[in-house]
Amino acid sequence: MNGAIQQPQGTSAVALVRTLGIVSTVCGLIIVAAYQGTYDAAAANRRLALERTVFKVIPAAKSMSEWQATPQGIRPVGGETVAGAVKFYAAYDADGALAGIAAEGAAKGYADTVRILYGYAPACQCITGFGLVASKETPGIGDKIVTDKAFLENFKALDVKLNAELSALANEVKAVKHGTKSNPWQIDAIAGATVTSRAVGKAINDSAQLLLPKLVPELEKLGKKES
Amino acid sequence: MSDLSQARTFDEFMEGIWRQNPVFVMVLGMCPTLAVTVSAVNAVSMGLATMFVLVCSCGLVSLMRNIVPKEVRIATYIVIIATFVTVVDYVIQAVSLAVYDALGAFIQLIVVNCIILGRAEAHASKHPPLVAMVNALGMSLGFVIGLLALGAVREVLGAGTLFGFSLFGADFQPWVVMVLPPGGFIVLGAWLLLFSALKRRQEARLAAQGGGHGA
Repeated sequence: MNGAIQQPQGTSAVALVRTLGIVSTVCGLIIVAAYQGTYDAAAANRRLALERTVFKVIPAAKSMSEWQATPQGIRPVGGETVAGAVKFYAAYDADGALAGIAAEGAAKGYADTVRILYGYAPACQCITGFGLVASKETPGIGDKIVTDKAFLENFKALDVKLNAELSALANEVKAVKHGTKSNPWQIDAIAGATVTSRAVGKAINDSAQLLLPKLVPELEKLGKKES
Repeated sequence: MSDLSQARTFDEFMEGIWRQNPVFVMVLGMCPTLAVTVSAVNAVSMGLATMFVLVCSCGLVSLMRNIVPKEVRIATYIVIIATFVTVVDYVIQAVSLAVYDALGAFIQLIVVNCIILGRAEAHASKHPPLVAMVNALGMSLGFVIGLLALGAVREVLGAGTLFGFSLFGADFQPWVVMVLPPGGFIVLGAWLLLFSALKRRQEARLAAQGGGHGA
């Protein structure tokens, strides 16, 4: 280690910057090309996946349109998005008549947030089904919420009627301990998967409390699908 | 001459599949190996995504090996790898959202998969593009085989299906732990055990054949 250490000839700063510049430019072009090239297909995929989930919770649906409920009333999505607006989907049957409404809800489950999409039937003012949008619940336990027949029975006609002032749900939707359901607005939880069952109940309740008071008074606006 | 170079190319290709298998021999890239192998489809998708990134980045790194100063080589490799990961991220979204959701953050985490940076640094930066890409292809095929070996076992035992097809009928009681994180460790341990037993047996045979020459 004694004596002068021979310094290797370093690469000039210009060469370093030039190399990094060239590499970044080439990589930037590749990324932009990939983004542009896949944008349409990815957007179509997302729309298709959404349609599939909506049509699953509202089996009669053949087409759908996106709406948002704002403090000033409901309006189709498009143009500017209003802060605090709740997005929902109006589904129409083959004749263009309103088949039901689908909206997203989310609540903390056992592992992570459980995101669901539920179907609402204006005629009975009830929830008629739900599907999973995203869930990381334990396989074999929490994921029973979409396979357990007795649990799915809860969502044939889950009562979400509004109170007389149309300001909130008349009864809070809630998952109750397995075997203790006594009202149509309660969800009979799966034994052993109570946390995930409760998440489904809370997701529906939180979303319906926000959406339905704005939506129900203006239901006729959804009317028939304009062709 | 041509026979020799063909043999060498084949050797480069086979290196990653058997002798230097990234999962079973080098035990690299364990994060996706353990996390996404809950089903055979996920395993193959992850393997193919990694293959695309590995082959493309090794090709580009090799092409640029003579113009990239060594002072900025790691930065350059990372930018190149991140680029192809971004590309594969977009492509998977365009091909299948179900696969995209199933693989989740692990697609983006391919950037930090040590197999890729390791290959770029240890191999691609020292070899011409074709050799580098053949080696990368073999290595990533080895990775696909490794992931599939885990994914298939975990899916069969944990869900009773293979590639989504039911194998045992409706009465099958799934061994749920297999699709949970501990199952990944158990199955990986079993495969590593099998591989090292095979390797030991092969070495013993070679030693016997060589008459005490090998070791």
